[in-house]
Amino acid sequence: MVPTSAYLILAIILFGIGTVGVLITRNMIVLFMSIEIMLNAANMVLIAFSKALNLVDGHVIVFLVLTIAAAEAAVGLAMIVMVYRNRETVNVDRFSLMKW
Amino acid sequence: MVDYVSTLSIDFSLIYPEIALIIGAFLMLGVACSRRLAPMAPNLALLTYVVSLYLILNQWGLQGAGFADMVVCDSFAIMFKAIFVVASIVTILLAQYYLKTKGIDRPEFYVLMLISTVGMMAMTATADLVVMLIGLEVMSLPLYVLAGFNRRSLKSNEAGVKYFMMGAFASAFLLLGIAFIFGAAETTNLRRIVTDFSYLLHHQTSGIYLISGAVLVFIGFGFKIAAVPFHSWVPDVYEGAPTPVTAFFSVAPKAAAFAVLLRIFVFGFSGLSELTTVFSVFAVLTMSVGNILALRQDNVKRMLAYSSISHAGYIMVALAVGGPEGVSAAIFYIASYTMFNLGAFGVVTVLETRSGCQSDYSELTGLSKAHPYLACVFALFMFALAGFPPTVGFFGKFYLFSAAIQANLIWLTIIGVMNSFVSVYFYLRVVKVSFFDTSEKTFSKVRLTPAIVLALALTAIATLGIGLFPHQLLRLSQAAIFGLP
Repeated sequence: MVPTSAYLILAIILFGIGTVGVLITRNMIVLFMSIEIMLNAANMVLIAFSKALNLVDGHVIVFLVLTIAAAEAAVGLAMIVMVYRNRETVNVDRFSLMKW
Repeated sequence: MVDYVSTLSIDFSLIYPEIALIIGAFLMLGVACSRRLAPMAPNLALLTYVVSLYLILNQWGLQGAGFADMVVCDSFAIMFKAIFVVASIVTILLAQYYLKTKGIDRPEFYVLMLISTVGMMAMTATADLVVMLIGLEVMSLPLYVLAGFNRRSLKSNEAGVKYFMMGAFASAFLLLGIAFIFGAAETTNLRRIVTDFSYLLHHQTSGIYLISGAVLVFIGFGFKIAAVPFHSWVPDVYEGAPTPVTAFFSVAPKAAAFAVLLRIFVFGFSGLSELTTVFSVFAVLTMSVGNILALRQDNVKRMLAYSSISHAGYIMVALAVGGPEGVSAAIFYIASYTMFNLGAFGVVTVLETRSGCQSDYSELTGLSKAHPYLACVFALFMFALAGFPPTVGFFGKFYLFSAAIQANLIWLTIIGVMNSFVSVYFYLRVVKVSFFDTSEKTFSKVRLTPAIVLALALTAIATLGIGLFPHQLLRLSQAAIFGLP
């Protein structure tokens, strides 16, 4: 029997990896993947709690979140393609038309 | 465990306005396919919004929950729904001619606006955290596309992608927060969280989960309302996005995020005693940084972006106050801010229909000679943003700060008032440049279409009219606090 805290620690580590990835990476595709890792870490927390509390709600929420992530991927990848067509790069460092 | 089947009361009258908007959006998708029908799109969108507004006004006084408690319809939600729809109507009136001049006049624009408004309504009219998250996404996804709507413009591309990355990043925090709250409370329904709140808080493990959940949810919404450590995306997105879209960004999604914050923190988590301190600190940071950075901008759009950050700071004073007084002051402020901020961005939109206009301060010289009425209206909005009487901006700040004084937050009030003094400088700089500066270049005239005149007249009359007779709106915002969460 794996304790709930083990799942939570794993999820928090995953979330941390995602956050660090968003903050340091320069490639938009990798940046987007980091965000997906963060979302899946949150899903893991939901499933861990759902199992520990013996509730089905968390599982259902995970399915909803998967849908949200899919919709986000559709919009996000379309935008990355749009940027690539105009600039021929997906590097966020080049995004300095306006100062940050 | 609640037996969901028995409480699944399906009552469509709670969601008539949303249904109207969804039907409108799908009709519009059909219209968009036909080249002959496509020019009808703006009018169809306006018609949909007016129908929806009528249904919202019909709902006034309704108190109810349905769909397994996923939808809550109270006067708080109805008030915010009305704000979203009015903001959308003004935005569409402003957008038509602007989109034509930029060559991006496509019916998708209106479809995205409609869907985004449905998302805002869904997130406001619920007491369930998961529905709030889904509403937030339904609101945000069309907005990311709208920010990058001018596909050929590199700036608009940049705005869209930055907004998307920041928004997705924030929603990951929000989701993790909701997951922790679910772990603590065994439910995501705020009404049930409230009843067991003090028990959960003082229980060792669930207390930790609950607090970390609340912090993460606050970070997630902090990005959406542009509270200060999370504000860095705002100026770029506001500058790069098409200007009517910026006008919409600065009011409607922000109002929706504040509505949810009020529902979660002032009513759901009111048992947390540290909230006042936390919100006070964020309010001070947000309004000071917003105002100080706005001082050194040379672009009117960027200045308005920083000013919208500082206004978020003022609204957070109301969150710090909490309770019914805080909520009604926040609603009053949000409703009035919607009007004059839309108006200010509206004037910028009109000026940007000239080719090659970048909205720098220097481009405003000669505005009062070429368009005296437009210059006067612009000045009126600037006075309202700065909080001068008799505009509604003054009363908004007045109710906000008097609520803060009643809650014994004297130092917060002093800092807030000092901030409004600082902000006078950059708002009046617009007035000075457009009325008193001279230059050799003649001001190239802009075309004022009837739709634009109507939008500016609506916002100007609201700014001045509610400023002279604030009691109606005050009574509405006081009535809007009941029935929460």
